[in-house]
Amino acid sequence: MRRLLDKIKPHFDKEGRLANYHALYEMVDTFLYTPADTTRSAPHVRDAIDLKRLMGYVVVALIPCILWSWYNTGYQANLALQASGITPQGWRSDLLLWLGFGFDPDNIPACSLHGLLYFLPIYLTTLAVGGCWEVLFALVRKHEVNEGFLVTSMLFALTLPPDMPLWMVALGISFGVVIGKEIFGGTGKNFLNPALVGRAFLYFAYPVEISGDSVWVAVDGYSRATPLGLGALGGLDAIGADDYTWWHAFIGLIPGSLGETSTLACLLGAVFLIYTKVASWRIILGVFLGMLLTVQLFNMLPDSNPMMAMPWHWHLVLGGFAFGMVFMATDPVSAAMTNAGRWVFGLLIGFMTVLIRVMNPAFPEGIMLAILFANIFAPLIDYVVIQLNIRRRLQRHD
Amino acid sequence: MKRVNSKILLAPIVDNNPIILQVLGICSALAVTTKLSTALTMCIALTLVLACSNTLISLIRHHIPTHIRIIVQMTIISSLVIVVDQLLRAFAYEISRELSVFVGLIITNCIVMGRAEAFAMKNPPWPSFLDGLGNGAGFSVILIIVGTIRELLGSGTLLGHVILPLTRNGGWYEPNGLMLLPPSAFFLIGLIIWVVRSWKPAQVEAPEFRIQPAHNLTEVGR
Repeated sequence: MRRLLDKIKPHFDKEGRLANYHALYEMVDTFLYTPADTTRSAPHVRDAIDLKRLMGYVVVALIPCILWSWYNTGYQANLALQASGITPQGWRSDLLLWLGFGFDPDNIPACSLHGLLYFLPIYLTTLAVGGCWEVLFALVRKHEVNEGFLVTSMLFALTLPPDMPLWMVALGISFGVVIGKEIFGGTGKNFLNPALVGRAFLYFAYPVEISGDSVWVAVDGYSRATPLGLGALGGLDAIGADDYTWWHAFIGLIPGSLGETSTLACLLGAVFLIYTKVASWRIILGVFLGMLLTVQLFNMLPDSNPMMAMPWHWHLVLGGFAFGMVFMATDPVSAAMTNAGRWVFGLLIGFMTVLIRVMNPAFPEGIMLAILFANIFAPLIDYVVIQLNIRRRLQRHD
Repeated sequence: MKRVNSKILLAPIVDNNPIILQVLGICSALAVTTKLSTALTMCIALTLVLACSNTLISLIRHHIPTHIRIIVQMTIISSLVIVVDQLLRAFAYEISRELSVFVGLIITNCIVMGRAEAFAMKNPPWPSFLDGLGNGAGFSVILIIVGTIRELLGSGTLLGHVILPLTRNGGWYEPNGLMLLPPSAFFLIGLIIWVVRSWKPAQVEAPEFRIQPAHNLTEVGR
């Protein structure tokens, strides 16, 4: 493989016949092997980590969420099939029957395979369509394709409901990659999280397919609200009435978007990300504390709607809060860059999430909009932090 | 028509477009482009006001005292807008109701004030009239493009006629709800600016700052 790559390299160099496609060559080469060229100029950091490894770590951290998304999507679907007596139809059920797995909710491999059959088409569509845009821009702009997109595509796929039509997936990731990232100059220059931009586009363009009650369980004609949706209507009583306990929500045995259901899986990812120092623990803790404080405040206020009285440990496990806190808010590009700024950034997200969840009946879930909101403020937060620091140091030397 | 005059008339359509180059008049472009019919009405109303106000202001430009010129311009523009508003109410009541305050808001449309201040105050009536028409046309082109895309993708119709049958009416097209919200006009205008500037690189502004290449930094460091 190395020999093949070296042999074809001259064609992609400046004078070669395929010079225009150098970005493609570069992508394959550096993805497979550690790049041979080293940093030549000023800031020399001796470290084995580069952008590719960094992004690789995020994907590793996502593995628990990915595996759980397969199992839980299938589990919820099989549970719904058992409860409702609907006969499954379409290529997925044909394949499952042909392989002899069936639709038993207690059979873990059967559930995982069923979920995988929902996850894979969404993920592959994301990867193919988004990848085409990435490569197109890389070729036209002559920059390199990098692994940031692997993370973006994975995050994007995990935030979608399992029933999402594939053409919408394609449209969403196109919007996210082009409008959210490439028009600002590509990876590292985007001020919003591209995966969330794509999801927000779908959220406003096709609200029926990405929210509401009928999309969370991957069975046609079967609708079941997410616990968060129930909470918005009737508070904790409504959640309890549907036989969801806190442990269900913590482990992730609830309907929801593909990767967001399990708080446990997200926390496993968080431990890995903090251990490898890819994600900032300040942001994660900031989001958590912001949520905690805001919820305490709302709990003290008189009840005006059912969400007001929901305690913080429920907010933590419902909806996409944990997923957004661990994987979306900590995106190193669009988050605040200074340590003090990260605290403010995190607190702002936590506060906005709860504010949207509790006060706005139109949006049961708030973390996506809260993170985008905080992304916009991140440069301002950093600016203030830096100016304050400059002023403090000036005073010290006066 | 003389070359200069035809240039005054045609330049604002692409080369010096009030919306995509000068980025003026954005708020009405966001507000009235949900449907093509309202966008068209807005285009006609604005072009009329712009051409007439330019001509009138240019006629009396030597008599306007410099200190109160803005007030005089505003008086002329608002009188014209009121006339247009009354005409719309008389002859196109339905559309006038859909446009609601946005006809009245033509008074504050930056394009009208901008052209009065930048062109009509310094030029004779006939070129000023052409300049008004040209800028109105430039505004209209963008509004019509945005209005067409938003109505077509957002509701599957054009001027109320069904082009793409919607799924909820038994057709195949799933309407894009974002297109009915004002931010979509931002995205569309942004994309139009992108296309036009790729086509005419002269419109691209110089970057405000450049990131210094790293090897230069090391030399500074020494």
